[in-house]
Amino acid sequence: MGSLNLLRVVTIPLLLGSLLGSTAFAQSPTYGVGRTPTAEQIRRMDISIGPTGEELPPGRGTAKEGAQVYVQKACIGCHGAAGIGGLAPILQSKQGADVPVWKKERILPLRAPHATIVWDFINRGMPVGLEGTLTPDEVYSLTAYLLFLNKVIPEDLVLDKQSLPKVRMPIGDEFGKPHHFKLNAPRLEGYPY
Amino acid sequence: MDSERKNSRRELLKAGAALAGGITLGTGGKAQAQHDHPMTPGSENASPMIHGSKEQIEYGQRSKYVTSVRVQHPIGGRPSPDVFGKVFHVATPLQDSVGVITPSSLHYIATTRGSFLPDIDPKQHTLTIHGLVDRPLTLTMDELKRFPSVTRLHFIECAGNRHNGKQKNVQDTHGMTSCSEWTGVLLSTLLKECGLKGSAKWFVAEGAEEVKGASSIPIEKAMDDCIIAYGMNGEPLRPQQGFPVRIMVPGFEGIYHTKFLRRIKIVDRFYMNYNEFGHLRPEDKELALGEQIGPKSVITYPSGTQQLPGPGFYEISGLAWSGGGAIRTVEISTDGGKKWNRAEFKNTPQRMAHVRFAYQWKWDGTETQIMSRCTDEIGQRQPTREQIANWWKVPFERDYRVPGLDNSVMPWKIARDGSVTNGLA
Repeated sequence: MGSLNLLRVVTIPLLLGSLLGSTAFAQSPTYGVGRTPTAEQIRRMDISIGPTGEELPPGRGTAKEGAQVYVQKACIGCHGAAGIGGLAPILQSKQGADVPVWKKERILPLRAPHATIVWDFINRGMPVGLEGTLTPDEVYSLTAYLLFLNKVIPEDLVLDKQSLPKVRMPIGDEFGKPHHFKLNAPRLEGYPY
Repeated sequence: MDSERKNSRRELLKAGAALAGGITLGTGGKAQAQHDHPMTPGSENASPMIHGSKEQIEYGQRSKYVTSVRVQHPIGGRPSPDVFGKVFHVATPLQDSVGVITPSSLHYIATTRGSFLPDIDPKQHTLTIHGLVDRPLTLTMDELKRFPSVTRLHFIECAGNRHNGKQKNVQDTHGMTSCSEWTGVLLSTLLKECGLKGSAKWFVAEGAEEVKGASSIPIEKAMDDCIIAYGMNGEPLRPQQGFPVRIMVPGFEGIYHTKFLRRIKIVDRFYMNYNEFGHLRPEDKELALGEQIGPKSVITYPSGTQQLPGPGFYEISGLAWSGGGAIRTVEISTDGGKKWNRAEFKNTPQRMAHVRFAYQWKWDGTETQIMSRCTDEIGQRQPTREQIANWWKVPFERDYRVPGLDNSVMPWKIARDGSVTNGLA
């Protein structure tokens, strides 16, 4: 019965659509509940930054500017001077340059496979209690500062929408890739457990 | 009319007060009365009476003699709440559990980082689906509830649910799993409403808490069994479980079940969010064992720190679950893993849900170890820690760390005095 009703709901708009010579009706939703957000509304809420950085907003920043923001925004209070010695997670590796990245501390601006994740996390989750108050320039600057502290980028590199996704992270390609998920299949092929 | 009603109500209250006083008097004079005029045997009240309060009547409370509570996880870890009132990880008291439903007030809690819980007005909250769809969709909570719904039993387990020899009881070893009845709309229903584009491969689910935690999940999972859930155990979600709406990703580790869900973005590639950064591993293999929960079971009675009064009959009882589907079999060993016996199910096993198992046992009073293992409907078997080490071709040591999520067998040791302790200790 349910599927018959469903059929009716779908076919009538389909017929109407073809009568009116329009294809818009052919894509009509089944239930028609809810509203369509505008492109601007979506842009304002979409804070997911993918590895290519296409969602990044305009703006720019350097490590030098980031060092100032780091103090101004009181990052220093929790993470310590230059990312060391605070109560919050450390942000600068204490290990030497010759130590492989997997042997170093788990530090986001060091181990992340994409620099965009650093930007994304600072933007959505920092500073604690004042999340969402940083401007894009401040987020670019802080990202540059933390990447510079971990010797990932030079001090004078300007980070923006174009340059940030191109930053080569120390981990390179040496990390496990998400496998192709299969429904109703074991977690790992050949693994009996 | 109104004043009449008020008056009669006042009379009623007066009568009630008199009645309450009368009962008190009656109780006080009981001993005396018994002496003079013996009461009919058996008609006396064996227990004190609970005087109903508004709170108890409106939203019931458990007996004051039931004191089981959640505790911080891991023991010695960050307290919840911390000094600022932030919530971190707390575990379910499985040692006291019966059946398969975890009471909502005892469901384990985990937060991406210590977090305040957002106090969301459901009238203001919306869920938006956008990205690779023909028609982006924003729904109020009332609109979400207009879609056809499903009600299903599902467990959620935290990736941190690992057991080791230092833990004392099953709350410490396994308390970061819980099972509830969830009600909501299949994500596939909503994605069909939006019209999924052919290039859609992953989706990002994002919450409205401080850190706005987001996870990337394969689109195949979305179209299979993900639920946009607003109901839990017959009522709206609790704030600690993501009120007013969360996503259920059945069988995936807890962090994927984004709470306070506000946005779903359909994308064409894996988006490594901060949550995924936490999953980062050097090897593909270990990563693969860190997404979907493996077949897992544990005996909850008798379990660590419990005490058997002496030799005799016991119904061994526990929980089994798997991210791979429904549990097919559970076996119990009462001799340290030499002989395995088929356990019975106390409820019908369901996909990605706890099932309660039991095994009838006569303890002869000798020292032994009891343990359970399970298989799921796609043939995955719960291993011992030694079996896992063998598969990875690494030497098995006492403090061996299981790669990926820990679904290894948990032994409980029963001493001759009936005390139950951690068999890994």
